[in-house]
Amino acid sequence: MLTWVALLALVLFSGTTYVAARRKVSAAAGGSPRNMHSLPGYYGAYVALWAGAPAALLVLLAAMFGGRLEDALLRVQPPAAVAQLTPAEQQVFFDDVRATAHNLQASETSYEGPMQAALQAKTAQARQLEALIAYGSVAAAAVLALSGVFLALRRIRPDFRARNKVEGWVAGLFIVCSVTAILTTVGIVGSLVWESLRFFHAVPLQDFLLGREWDPQIAMRSDQYASKGAFGAVPLFAGTFLIMIIAMIVAAPIGLFSAIYLSEYAGGLSRAVVKPLLEILAGVPTVVYGFFAALTVGPIFRSGFHALGEALAGGPLNSLALYLMSVQNQMALVAGAVMGIMLIPFVSSLSDDIINSVPQALRDGSLAMGATRSETVKKVVLPAALPGIMAAMLLAVSRAVGETMIVTMAAGLQAKMTINPLDTVTTVTVQIVTLLTGDQEFDSPKTLAAFGLGLTLFVVTFLLNIIALRIVQKYREQYD
Amino acid sequence: MNQRQFNQPLRHRDDEGAAAPAVHIAVDRGHSADKSAAIKIRARDVNVFYGDKQALFDVGLDVPERAVTALIGPSGCGKSTFLRCINRMNDTIPGCTVRGRIELDGEDVNDRSIDPVVLRARVGMVFQKPNPFPKTIFENVAYGPRIHGLATGKAELEAIVESSLKRAGLWAEVADRLHQPGTGLSGGQQQRLVIARAIAVSPEVILMDEPCSALDPIATAKIEELIDELRNQYCIVIVTHSMAQAARVSQKTAFFHLGKLVEAGPTGEIFTNPRDSRTQDYITGRFG
Amino acid sequence: MTDAALPTAQPSLRQTVEARLKRRHAEELRFRFYGRAAIIVALLFLAVLVGRIVAQGYTTFVDYQLSLPVYVDPARVQVDDLSGANYDLLIADQTLARLGEKDDELGTQSGKLMELISTDLGFQVLEKVKADHSLIGKTITITGPVRADGQLYYKGQMKRTTDESERKLDNQQLAWLDRLKAKGLVKGGFNFGFLTKSDSTEPEQAGVLGAIVGSAMMLLVTASLAIPVGVLAATYLEEFAPKGRWSDLIEVNINNLAAVPSIVYGLLGLAVFINWLGVPRSSPLVGGLVMALMALPTVIIATRSALKAVPPSIREAALGVGASRTQTVFHHVLPLAMPGVMTGAILSLAHALGETAPLLMIGMISFVPGVPQGFTGAATVLPVQVFIWENASERAFEERTAAAILVLLTFMIIMNMAAILLRRRFERRW
Repeated sequence: MLTWVALLALVLFSGTTYVAARRKVSAAAGGSPRNMHSLPGYYGAYVALWAGAPAALLVLLAAMFGGRLEDALLRVQPPAAVAQLTPAEQQVFFDDVRATAHNLQASETSYEGPMQAALQAKTAQARQLEALIAYGSVAAAAVLALSGVFLALRRIRPDFRARNKVEGWVAGLFIVCSVTAILTTVGIVGSLVWESLRFFHAVPLQDFLLGREWDPQIAMRSDQYASKGAFGAVPLFAGTFLIMIIAMIVAAPIGLFSAIYLSEYAGGLSRAVVKPLLEILAGVPTVVYGFFAALTVGPIFRSGFHALGEALAGGPLNSLALYLMSVQNQMALVAGAVMGIMLIPFVSSLSDDIINSVPQALRDGSLAMGATRSETVKKVVLPAALPGIMAAMLLAVSRAVGETMIVTMAAGLQAKMTINPLDTVTTVTVQIVTLLTGDQEFDSPKTLAAFGLGLTLFVVTFLLNIIALRIVQKYREQYD
Repeated sequence: MNQRQFNQPLRHRDDEGAAAPAVHIAVDRGHSADKSAAIKIRARDVNVFYGDKQALFDVGLDVPERAVTALIGPSGCGKSTFLRCINRMNDTIPGCTVRGRIELDGEDVNDRSIDPVVLRARVGMVFQKPNPFPKTIFENVAYGPRIHGLATGKAELEAIVESSLKRAGLWAEVADRLHQPGTGLSGGQQQRLVIARAIAVSPEVILMDEPCSALDPIATAKIEELIDELRNQYCIVIVTHSMAQAARVSQKTAFFHLGKLVEAGPTGEIFTNPRDSRTQDYITGRFG
Repeated sequence: MTDAALPTAQPSLRQTVEARLKRRHAEELRFRFYGRAAIIVALLFLAVLVGRIVAQGYTTFVDYQLSLPVYVDPARVQVDDLSGANYDLLIADQTLARLGEKDDELGTQSGKLMELISTDLGFQVLEKVKADHSLIGKTITITGPVRADGQLYYKGQMKRTTDESERKLDNQQLAWLDRLKAKGLVKGGFNFGFLTKSDSTEPEQAGVLGAIVGSAMMLLVTASLAIPVGVLAATYLEEFAPKGRWSDLIEVNINNLAAVPSIVYGLLGLAVFINWLGVPRSSPLVGGLVMALMALPTVIIATRSALKAVPPSIREAALGVGASRTQTVFHHVLPLAMPGVMTGAILSLAHALGETAPLLMIGMISFVPGVPQGFTGAATVLPVQVFIWENASERAFEERTAAAILVLLTFMIIMNMAAILLRRRFERRW
């Protein structure tokens, strides 16, 4: 709240300084812009920036990191009763301190004797620290703002190169914004690698990558049964791969053929109708596909297979019939098929772009030889577009591997190594969701495993994307 | 050289309807002194529309067998459009309609009974920019024979490829790299490869749409030489920007202007003794 | 120069070509059929998907409301302990009497009747009596929804013909429902509650308002971060940055970021925003931050292509009259590119609106009854609401899930239409 008030005050203040600076420089120049180096607005902006920007940055930093600072300061000298606790218990204690200080729900730990005294003492300290940080940062920001205005106002004279200075600020802003993209990547890689390293500290890398058993149900207490857990991710990779293959079997031919039809055969009108419809299909959120898979496709497939099983029962294929009668809604086939539907417009629009960038001259050359359209497509256009289409397929594979909601809602949780599409499998993304949506403490290998899986997923999709984007770039250069 | 009795003006047919535009009379003075020379393509009253825009107006032209006919005129005059009517390449352009009659050996190419596939096998085409397929040199030349099933075995196909490349004057340069990409050749070589690709199906007519405009002078000379040799076996129609080229390679020249055929006749005569002032202006460089 | 001298290949070429023609044209037709079939299949999937969700969800928008006179019995409601009274039982008993039934000693009958009346009615009595103690001893009329299973029966989704043991309500309960309706105490109408209430554990009281507000707040955060940062970054890369290894690296990086699985952004948000920076879990703020990072590459790519479409002559003209590069870009190039930029921005926000997976990572999956309290309070958003309801076991949530999807799709279609209109209205061809 204080942050917002401070920011609002800063905005008003720097607005005032803008006007003041304009007035000052106009008066100094005798009211004529001709005597100034820059337009009056630039002088205003220069002063307003010095008034607002550093102070606002300080306030924001305090809001972002104030809590961490408070936490760190609280822990500097823990009371003796707290110091002898285990790190985990200390964590609980300090969490409770903060919760009490903010009048939030604390844990159910009961504190007695010296511990209660410590809690009260620390709670009081926490409140003090919080106020100190909040008001201290606002006070510091006020000092910054005032001194910024003071210095900036002294510098502006009609011959001051205000425009260049303001443009310098703008250039800085530009670079900060551009670096955000890089920082995002650094953040992704950094956080995944950091947390994964902690995970691989508990579970060796080769066990994770090569292990064939996945059973992350670790007990909360070390004396419980099955506290070890198993973190062999191979079954997850197998499940992801199986669903991806099914999805591509659906999406690749349908997507490619619709792209061919749209770019080589369809007239302007049907293109104008079909393309937006496919865009709608592409815009449908994945959670909707998940719902469709779980409540429509799954039951239909299951009852279909059950009916088939009943028809075959008693015959020579009795064992198959019994199996068909036992399949569940959460088949790999269901998740894969629905994911395939989701990917159709993706494959189609990428392939459409690629096919359209094959030069018309090649089509003309082939048609002028007396080739039919389909011969032209099959023997000239598609071979020419092949690298691009391969890249489009790789991007689709990358999407399929990273897709989460459909599999979370329609695939199962059982980690199984199978190539049977009627079986229930689980995927990397399903496990990430499962591991992180329960109530767990953050540091257990179980939650850290999610980051190990996330890192694997990121590396795989990153490689697929880089290769695909490279191919597309090369391909475009070839025909530009 | 002047064969006046051949110069029957080609009139706009009156039976086309009362709404027909003002009659435009194109003058076709034939192509040579030899009045017995066969006419391969006979075009009458050809009108072409791109949507609402008319690109050709009542064009009538006779194209002789085993000779080179050059279509000249300023850009946008419709000469390429006319060329593309002959093998019905205009079919591939959405919104393009062709009216009138174009006869190949007396058969209307726009007739329903004529399959464009067969027509285009008989009428080959070479484009402005060399457009070899992204395949090997061999596969480029073998493309036509393969799709039309002209060779019964591998040996026959190889023979066709070799003879086509030889006739296109490219064999010596590519014999040792037949299985390398055709796109790796130089511009002039690519254009000769495309010509070889066209003659591999033994067409009767070859259409060339400014085949040298993307080439340097040396490559141009080679192509012109090749055209001169091919003239003995094929009916060739060439669209060109360069009047010098038309004068060098063609026996008959037709001058197009603003979608109309202004004048056509033996090349020498068109260049030395044009009848129409527009032709005169164009060949003397007053516009173009 | 006679015809006889022509190569004999002429007729043979024609014959050879024609001999194979039939087969080639059949192949052509077959190929064209494959293409057409692919399109039809794709569109069929779309039709089935949308049709099925409409069929599942439309019943949500019909709602059966009970209007009951309730005598606030002073014997059961004490002024000093208003919250201690069992209003559900009070209502059930009186309704039972109105239906002419007697309760047994165990309260089985009133218990069965309570299964038909939403607890919402009891809450309403409590609220009214709390506000006005004088109501005790009087009769007040309250209106509230029939409970979810009863709604299913009225909508024909629970059938009398189903075996009694296989449905939630027994024959007597169905008979009561029929009689309540016959007495005119139950009326069907448009379900405004679905759009004006928030999540609830009781299906008949659950609505999407909280999720809509949550989505709007999250998108506000996303838009106010992703659009300015994305536009400035794209402008810098396109107009100012020297072309070289550095800009190539950023370019590759942005293209790659656009293809990173969304769940990875969720992991980033969990590790960086929540655990490192201490942004509150489940809040629209953290959701908006994650979505902003996800939308950023799309906004940058869209802006760059819009900037590329502005012809260089505009820049040259502005520079030529003495404008600085910054002035040229801000006064001339960016305004001209704005329609393209806004189209891209709206589309990326529409995408963010439908995104679910990363939000599960940052705790937006929790049950939030009510409209979110501020940007740092707990919230849920539409797609996550869909996910939560899809997981709920009550059958009545199924139609609500589909209806929530319909609401979500409506918003997405509105945003897409806005983008299309913007593009049509301001599209400029140079």
